[in-house]
Amino acid sequence: MWEQIRSNQTRTMILVAAMGLLLLLLGYFLGEALFGSGIGGLVVAILIWVIMNLFAYFQGDRLILSISGARKISRDDHPRLYNIVEEMKIASGLEKVPDIYIIDDPSLNAFAVGRDPSRASVAITSGLLERLNRDELQGVMAHEISHIKNRDVLLMTFCSVLLGTIVLLAWFAARMMFFGGMRGGGGRRSSGGGGGYAILIIIAVAIVLMIVAPIAAQLIYYAISRRREYLADASGALYTRYPEGLASALEKIAGSTQELKTANKAFAPMYIINPFRDKGKAASDLTSTHPPISERVRILRSMAGGASLAAYDKAYHEVGRSGKGVIPSSALVGAAAVAARKPEAAEAVPEKVERVRETSDLLWKYSDYGLVNCECGTKLRVPPKFRGDSIKCPHCGRTNAIPAKRKSSG
Amino acid sequence: MSVGIIVLIVVLVVLFLFLGFIWMSYNGLVRLRNQVKNAWAQIDVQLKRRHDLIPNLVETVKGYAKYERETFEAVTNARNLAQKAVGTGVGSQAKAEGELSGALSRLLAVVEKYPDLKANTNYLALQEELTSTENKISFSRQHYNDSVLTYNNKTQMVPSNIIAGMFGFKVGEFFEVTVAAEKEVPKVSFT
Repeated sequence: MWEQIRSNQTRTMILVAAMGLLLLLLGYFLGEALFGSGIGGLVVAILIWVIMNLFAYFQGDRLILSISGARKISRDDHPRLYNIVEEMKIASGLEKVPDIYIIDDPSLNAFAVGRDPSRASVAITSGLLERLNRDELQGVMAHEISHIKNRDVLLMTFCSVLLGTIVLLAWFAARMMFFGGMRGGGGRRSSGGGGGYAILIIIAVAIVLMIVAPIAAQLIYYAISRRREYLADASGALYTRYPEGLASALEKIAGSTQELKTANKAFAPMYIINPFRDKGKAASDLTSTHPPISERVRILRSMAGGASLAAYDKAYHEVGRSGKGVIPSSALVGAAAVAARKPEAAEAVPEKVERVRETSDLLWKYSDYGLVNCECGTKLRVPPKFRGDSIKCPHCGRTNAIPAKRKSSG
Repeated sequence: MSVGIIVLIVVLVVLFLFLGFIWMSYNGLVRLRNQVKNAWAQIDVQLKRRHDLIPNLVETVKGYAKYERETFEAVTNARNLAQKAVGTGVGSQAKAEGELSGALSRLLAVVEKYPDLKANTNYLALQEELTSTENKISFSRQHYNDSVLTYNNKTQMVPSNIIAGMFGFKVGEFFEVTVAAEKEVPKVSFT
C-alpha cells in the first residue's frame, strides 16, 4: 500500500512535467532571442539545472541543517524524542531511524531532509520540543516521517531546483537584454525581409516567458507542496492512529507568532508549517507552500474515530474541498478500516516546566557548558572556559568539585 | 511453415508462459513470507525489551510500595511465563503477552497511590521507556498483521494459491493480543 502512495501520484507528476516544460520553453526562446540559437539556450538551461540538481542531491541535506544551526542528538540526550521517532519508524516501516537534530530557536517548527529514506534526518526547534506533549510530538514526527516515506523531500528538492533554475535564467536574461542588447537589427542569420517578423515574434515570446515563467513555476511549486502536505497529514494520522495529536500540535504552532530565524525560502516546503506565513491569509491561497492550518486541523478533527487514509479522504471532502482529493485512489481500494487509539496517559509526559528544563539542559550541554548538581538542589552551569577545580554554589555556599573530565577539556 | 512447427511454437509459448507464472508467483510468495518473518523479528525485539524492563520497574516501585507484594508477584510471574512462551508460536505467545499486559496495568494502577514514586526521576525515565516499548509493540504488531494479511491473501487467492499449495506455503497467523484482564477493576489492598 505504501508504495502505491509514492508511485501513483499522477497529478504531482503532471505538475512537475509542466514545470520542466516551462524551463525548456524558457531556455529555447531566450537562446533564440539572445544568441540566435534555441538549441544553445536549451543546453545552457539544462546544464545549469543539472549542476544545481547534483549539488542539491549530494549536499542539500547538510546545507539545510548547517544553515539552520541544527545539532544532532543521541538517544541519551532526549530519550522521549528519540523513542517517538523510533516508534514512527516502526509504524511507517522505514528501514532506519532517521538522524534527529535540534535547533536552538524559540519558534515552533520542524522539518525533514534527506534524499532517500536510508539517509534521512528530522529536525525540530527547541521551542516546539518544549511546547508539545507526547501525543503531539508523535503527531509532528509522524508528519515529518511521512514526508520521508512518501519521498516528498526528494520531490520538493527536485521541484525547488527546477524553480530556482527558471528564476535564475529569467533574471540573467533580463540583465542581458537591458545591458547587452538584443539580437535584433541586422541579425546574423536573417538575410531576407521575412526573417525580421520571425525574430520580433521570438523576442516577444521570450520576454513574455521571462516574466510569466517564474510566476507560473512558483504557483505550480506551491500547488505541489500543498498536496504533499495534506498527504503527509493523512499518513501521519495513519501512523500514529491518533489524528488529534497532530491536530492539537498544529493548533499550538498556529498560535505562535515567532518566525524561525534561520528559515530559508527555498526549503519552506520541508517544514511542518510555512515559516514565512502571514497572519490572516485567505483560506484558498494560491501563493503558499502550506495549506491553511485551520483547515488542516478541521480535516484531522473530522476523521470521526478512524485513522485510515480513507477516513482522511472522507474528512477532506467533508470540510468542503472539492475535486479529486489528495489520496490516490489506488491507496484507498482494499485498505482496511483503522480505528484511532486512545490518548496517551497524561502522566507519561513531564509537565511543561520539566520539558523546558529538559530542553535547556540539552542546549547548555551543546554549548559545552558543564553541569554540577549542588547538594542544595541548585544546578550549576560551568562555562567552557572555566579553569578552576571547584565552584562555589551561590545559593548555599557549598564548594563543589568539578568532575575531572571537564577540567581536562576546559 | 508446416502445421507441426506452428503447433510446436504454440506449445512452447504456452509452456514458457506457464513456467513464467510459476516463477513469478513463487518468488512473490517467498518475498511476502520473508516480509512476515522480518516483521515478526521486529515484534520479538520489542517484546524482549519489555521483558527486560519489568524487573527494573518492579524494583523501583518496590522501594516505595512495600506492601503490594501480590501485584509484584503477579507481574513477575506473568513476565516469566511470557519469557518462556518466546518461540512457542504466535498464538501462545500472544496469550502470554496479553496476561502480562493485564498484570502490568494493575501495577501501574498501584503506582497512582504513591505520589512520591511518581515524582522519582528514575521512575519517570522507566515510565517513558515502558510507554515507548508498549507503543513500539503495538506499531510493530500492526505492521506484522498487515504483512500477514497481504501474504495470506496471496496464498489463498486464485491463481497463486495453486503455487502455494504445490510448494507448501502455509497461511500466517495474526498476532492478536487480547487483554482480558485489563478490564478488571484493580484490586486495592489497604494494608
